[in-house]
Amino acid sequence: MSGATSEGAAFQRLELSMTVTAAFFYLFATITIASGFMVIASRNPVQSVLFLILAFVNAAGLFLLMGAEFLAMILVIVYVGAVAVLFLFVVMMLDVDFAALRQGFLQYLPIGGLIGLILLLELVLVVGTYTIDPGLVRSPQVPIPSADVMTNTEAIGQVLYTRYFYFFQAAGLILLVAMIGAIVLTLRERVGVRRQDISRQNARTQETAVEVRKVPFRQGI
Amino acid sequence: MEFGDILLAVAIMLGKSLLMLVALLIFIAYALYADRKVWAAVQLRRGPNVVGPWGLLQSFADLLKFVLKEPIIPAPANKGMFLLAPLLMCTLSLAAWAVIPLNAGWAIADINVGILYIFAISSLGVYGVIMGGWASNSKYPFLGALRSAAQMVSYEVSIGFVIVTVLMCAGTLNLSAIVESQNTRLGILGWYWLPLFPMFVVFFISAMAETNRPPFDLPEAESELVAGYMVEYSSTPYLLFMLGEYVAIMTMCALGTILFLGGWLSPIPFAPFTWVPGVIWFVLKASFLFILIAMVKALVPRYRYDQLMRLGWKVFLPLSLAMVVIVAAILMATGNAPGVR
Repeated sequence: MSGATSEGAAFQRLELSMTVTAAFFYLFATITIASGFMVIASRNPVQSVLFLILAFVNAAGLFLLMGAEFLAMILVIVYVGAVAVLFLFVVMMLDVDFAALRQGFLQYLPIGGLIGLILLLELVLVVGTYTIDPGLVRSPQVPIPSADVMTNTEAIGQVLYTRYFYFFQAAGLILLVAMIGAIVLTLRERVGVRRQDISRQNARTQETAVEVRKVPFRQGI
Repeated sequence: MEFGDILLAVAIMLGKSLLMLVALLIFIAYALYADRKVWAAVQLRRGPNVVGPWGLLQSFADLLKFVLKEPIIPAPANKGMFLLAPLLMCTLSLAAWAVIPLNAGWAIADINVGILYIFAISSLGVYGVIMGGWASNSKYPFLGALRSAAQMVSYEVSIGFVIVTVLMCAGTLNLSAIVESQNTRLGILGWYWLPLFPMFVVFFISAMAETNRPPFDLPEAESELVAGYMVEYSSTPYLLFMLGEYVAIMTMCALGTILFLGGWLSPIPFAPFTWVPGVIWFVLKASFLFILIAMVKALVPRYRYDQLMRLGWKVFLPLSLAMVVIVAAILMATGNAPGVR
């Protein structure tokens, strides 16, 4: 593990130079915001999705700068590696005429604006009333263990499976319900469709599949 | 913290990366040669034998030919994205090697979430394929890209569960620590391939599907799609696609070595064998996996698309999910679960 410690030392030395960190923060943050803007401004839907992916990747970079390596990797795996692939998949297959979509822009502006306003209000309410957990305030003498002692992943696991266990389970249940719902909505039993039945195919033997007949000369079967 | 120190650290990092890159690319050149030779041997052919002694320089001749040809960009293609796609694919698959430890402490970056990093990077490889297929603005590449997207997303799931079972046994996400956790007195019998044998098989097959290797090379099935997403590519962009594919295969071989075959550890844990440098064991094991993959290419006919999806979702997913639960139960019951206090 000499590599890990020397790497850790190198990392700490780098952390000392706040300018580098700050420079990277501004780089990632600028690209995130710019590509977020391009998602809605881009004319081509495929380009929009690609900009969305760029925004995700840069958000992962921001997580890395904060030392939240686990969250950064999970963000890339889940959002970039799976969700955005499906987005791109769907957008590429749809032949969307964006010029036609923009025709109704003014018509939908009031409703869109209203939704935006509500979201903004909610965000202001959440951020405005944000307080630090009283449980944390009462125990300020417990130090946060350094990254060498406890990794990010362990720390998240320890609160996720103890303190937030019910929330975690509820989130899982909601996802399960959503998944079953999607399956129920798309499952159709169509009659008259020929399907591959692998177990039946494998169960075939020479006796059941092939019939050997003696064909009499000049008579046929 | 002086500015010079940062510069020095960056320079050392660059040097390490360059060394890794050159070594990897030369190794890939001979892996390609070995792939063709194995394929030829199975079919009772000679394989490449003209360029250099025994055809050893064939890959380099191919490289020169690719680089010197004229790159053709189709008129209706989206030019920027058309050229970005192979570059992305190649860069991403090379980036995975930043965390792979070839020996104790021999990783360019020995990060704590190494396995997640590799998993994330390999799941990004699909973008090169999708973008290439879409930007070509042509039917076969597009169909190839769609197939590839579905295929890579499906097999990622089972690879993820395979990784989870290994992580439960090792108790860490750090690649070097995963190798160290297989360092027992049993040697080769103590590596994870034996206790987790079903998962090793699932990993091996999923790795081939994830990297679009035959028998799962449906995105580029030549009898159906000509060359899939690569139809419109020529010269260097094509070379980058192909290079990216082979690097991704080597990454999977290296990952299999780390997860199941004890990385740089000697198979027989006493004196004359432990003197051999770990990197040699690592390369031997990764090459062994690569030869296996090359043999599969030569021996097994291509899957049909519905068979591929069935294997991924109806066989591997339930199997690996069940194995996660079983392995966790066994670890807890025997009190061997790492990190449980």
